[in-house]
Amino acid sequence: MTEQEILEGLGEIVEEIAGVPTADVTPSKSFVDDLDIDSLAMVEIAVAAQDKFGVEIPDDQLKDLATVQDVVNFVMKHTEG
Amino acid sequence: MKIPEVTAGARILSFGGYQPDNVVTNADLAARIETSDEWIRSRVGIESRRIAGASESVSDMAVQAGGKALAGSGLSPTDIDLVIVATCTTEAPIPNAAAEVAARLGIASPGAFDLNAACAGFCYALGTAADTIRGGSARNVLVIGAEKMSAWVDANDRSTCIIFADGAGAAVVGPTAGTPGIGPVVWGSAGELAHRITIPDRTSFLRQDGQAVFRWATTSVHPIAAQACERAGVRIEDIAAFIPHQANLRIMEAIARRLGIPRAKLADDIAHAGNTSSASIPLALARMAEHGELESGSPVLLLGYGAGLCYAAQVITVP
Repeated sequence: MTEQEILEGLGEIVEEIAGVPTADVTPSKSFVDDLDIDSLAMVEIAVAAQDKFGVEIPDDQLKDLATVQDVVNFVMKHTEG
Repeated sequence: MKIPEVTAGARILSFGGYQPDNVVTNADLAARIETSDEWIRSRVGIESRRIAGASESVSDMAVQAGGKALAGSGLSPTDIDLVIVATCTTEAPIPNAAAEVAARLGIASPGAFDLNAACAGFCYALGTAADTIRGGSARNVLVIGAEKMSAWVDANDRSTCIIFADGAGAAVVGPTAGTPGIGPVVWGSAGELAHRITIPDRTSFLRQDGQAVFRWATTSVHPIAAQACERAGVRIEDIAAFIPHQANLRIMEAIARRLGIPRAKLADDIAHAGNTSSASIPLALARMAEHGELESGSPVLLLGYGAGLCYAAQVITVP
């Protein structure tokens, strides 16, 4: 899975869960400050990401993933090798 | 040794619900703590909730709901031989609520016990009542879920005081020689997650790890509901209404989505009742029955889940 594919997949998840258009889900965006996504929606996104990418994002790691790029990096890192 | 002949099945005869008079709106809370109507609605789907008076006890509310269910059943109090009160918020460990409630309702010397499975309590109690009737240990059972959550919630903790509320709901359960009206209960627990929702001791308030509970409830609970349908021989698409524990609208919607149940069939009593733990399912049933939202004879799916962590589900037929 390429970085671009993960970004696009994450965009689809965010649109489905939070109603944010995929085009707005760009790497530098902060979930809380820019996309108005709360802590429970972040859990929903993490669960959907697990279904889509096969990567588990535990609750205690979730709070460190502030931006879209943070989540993309996390998924990249945990799908390598 | 002799044992009684097994009864074919059990069914619900009637429902009864009770909410305290005091309505607390989101605006009322926003005037007291840092929150807002929009924030509460979007987070948990609650517009208002009822809070019991200082002197109003769990038993007081249980008597009100139980009395209504009893009146609707057409039975006399003396026909009831077992009373189960599902609750996790009584004022003291002894005496239990069930015996006092029974006495106040004029039910003579029934079996009486409280059952603590927190928010799953009503489904546990209903399953126990049905099996008790089938096994011949009781003929008619009064099942009540009653909670005074406000006594155990910090009124200044905005993560919990916006959610939890008070109330009681009840059902009268009796035997039937015809088609059973209560399907097999599917129940279980996840004690390894017990620490996620606790009241640590008698002087503490309720604490919950919101994200962890949310993740558990939205990913691990729905298979139980599907199993309950399967065991009752009812297809999920034929369910007339889905009444999960009214924990948080977003949890309820997520579970319904995973089960493939359309939003229109999902009970959302939480909007005006809040989260009343074991009372939430029978309160929703009582209100929906009263407003003609439940067609007699139709199958309804119940699903309780919460502290323990405990969960249970069954299909019932509307009386």
